Amino acid sequence: MSDSKNSLNRREFFSYLTVGWVMFSAALAGLGSLAFRFSYPNVNFDPEMEFLAGTPGDYAAGVDERYKNAFGVWMVKAEGRLVALSNICTHLGCIPTWLPSELKFKCPCHGSGYYMSGVNFEGPAPRPLERYRISLQPDGKIKVDKTKVFRAEKGEWDNPDAFLTV
Amino acid sequence: MLKALINQLADPIISFPIATLAFWWMIKYYRFFGSKKFGMWALIVSIPVVAWFFADPNFYLIIKTPDNVPIGILLILVCFFTWFSLHKAAVNDERIEQGLVPIEALPENREKVWSWPNLVYTELFAIIACTAFLVIWAIIFKAPLEEPANPTWAPNPAKAPWYFLGLQEMLVYFDPWMAGVVLPGLVVAGLIAIPYIDTNPKGNGYFTFMERKWAIISFLYGWLVLWVYLIIVGVFFRGPNWTFYGPFEYWDLHKVVAEYNINLSEFIWIKGLGIGMPKNLILREIFGILLTFAYVGIIPVWVAKATKIGRKFYEDMGSIRYYIFMFLFITMMSLPIKMVLRWLFSLKYIVALPEWELNL
Repeated sequence: MSDSKNSLNRREFFSYLTVGWVMFSAALAGLGSLAFRFSYPNVNFDPEMEFLAGTPGDYAAGVDERYKNAFGVWMVKAEGRLVALSNICTHLGCIPTWLPSELKFKCPCHGSGYYMSGVNFEGPAPRPLERYRISLQPDGKIKVDKTKVFRAEKGEWDNPDAFLTV
Repeated sequence: MLKALINQLADPIISFPIATLAFWWMIKYYRFFGSKKFGMWALIVSIPVVAWFFADPNFYLIIKTPDNVPIGILLILVCFFTWFSLHKAAVNDERIEQGLVPIEALPENREKVWSWPNLVYTELFAIIACTAFLVIWAIIFKAPLEEPANPTWAPNPAKAPWYFLGLQEMLVYFDPWMAGVVLPGLVVAGLIAIPYIDTNPKGNGYFTFMERKWAIISFLYGWLVLWVYLIIVGVFFRGPNWTFYGPFEYWDLHKVVAEYNINLSEFIWIKGLGIGMPKNLILREIFGILLTFAYVGIIPVWVAKATKIGRKFYEDMGSIRYYIFMFLFITMMSLPIKMVLRWLFSLKYIVALPEWELNL
């Protein structure tokens, strides 16, 4: 080992290599995790999945649009039932418009039409609009839970969670 | 008066048969439509007609939208190139009938040149010209910036980019799975498959119609009527709530059109037999399922056995090619068939199984 001053021995070489490799892996992992984080949005503009929708007395018969822009839900009161209707067209997921003079929902993308109840009757929509879980809290407020949907063609609209009797 | 008539004729119930008939006449009398005289007169007549269209405020509102400028270019190019190819084919077919070779096979046209520089220079200039054109276009027509996206609101009407409006029009008649995935996939697969299905060497390197009748008819029908025509419908005839409006009609948000649609199963079980819908899903849709199987499975076999043209195709192509071709062809024809059924009978779906997300 005469020239050990300017060359590494085997042990030194491996210890340097280990330190370097660990740092390289750590940097790569840090970069990877940053890139992974980057793929998620900083701010989420999606509507909340659960919200309080006033009290049953707030609603007149017919379609109520006050929670449509914030939560994507029409509150529809008809035939003694209050339901939370999804505003997503069952054809391709556009947002229909409520036409008060014609008493129907009409989709601007392919012309699907729905009655006030959400049942499809014109255009290509293959099934009725979905309804969300709706319940009355002990303090008298209505809670709408969009994580649970009820589909008419599966016979789920008569489920007690799918409507409020008013 | 004339505008009201055009507004009525534009309704696809009328304009689709007109487009199909016009296509058929164009093919049948292609020598007349492909003549230089017709081309001149069509150009002379079309200029004042187009000016008259532009003078209408409602039509001008649609055509002046920056998004719709490519439509004008597309229509001009489609008209010109269709006429141009018919013209070339008509000239060559006449020469072939007289026992002469096509123009492209004349000695002076068979002279060979080097691809460098002849081809590469042409390509270079084409690239430069295209880039300059796109840059100038991008400067003149600004991309419309709208408000931030809102997941609980959609513009009315919500239109796809102009080149997809034919697809969007298809979606009105089909289930999203069919019109959004299966049919476009088959269009792409079918176009790729053309050279393997159609191995006829006639028409390679020269224009002709008589020697390639069926290939040209089926391609041009799919392109001109089922694609370009549907784009025209989507651009000019669809307004708020995706309702039909004539080209000169004001887009009134409250135009009421009754479009009550029902499924084939309801037609048969409720209106035809007068009994309710069966609970069993398969039994409920059995007629539509049988019809679909007959359409896809029996028609190709019947055509191959019973018709003259079908026997000829079957012999020329062999069974595998023939059945692939027929499958693609009848899939393509299902689009006009479904559209006509919707307009005539308000038929929504032939097989309607929303429980399984399957509708045909």
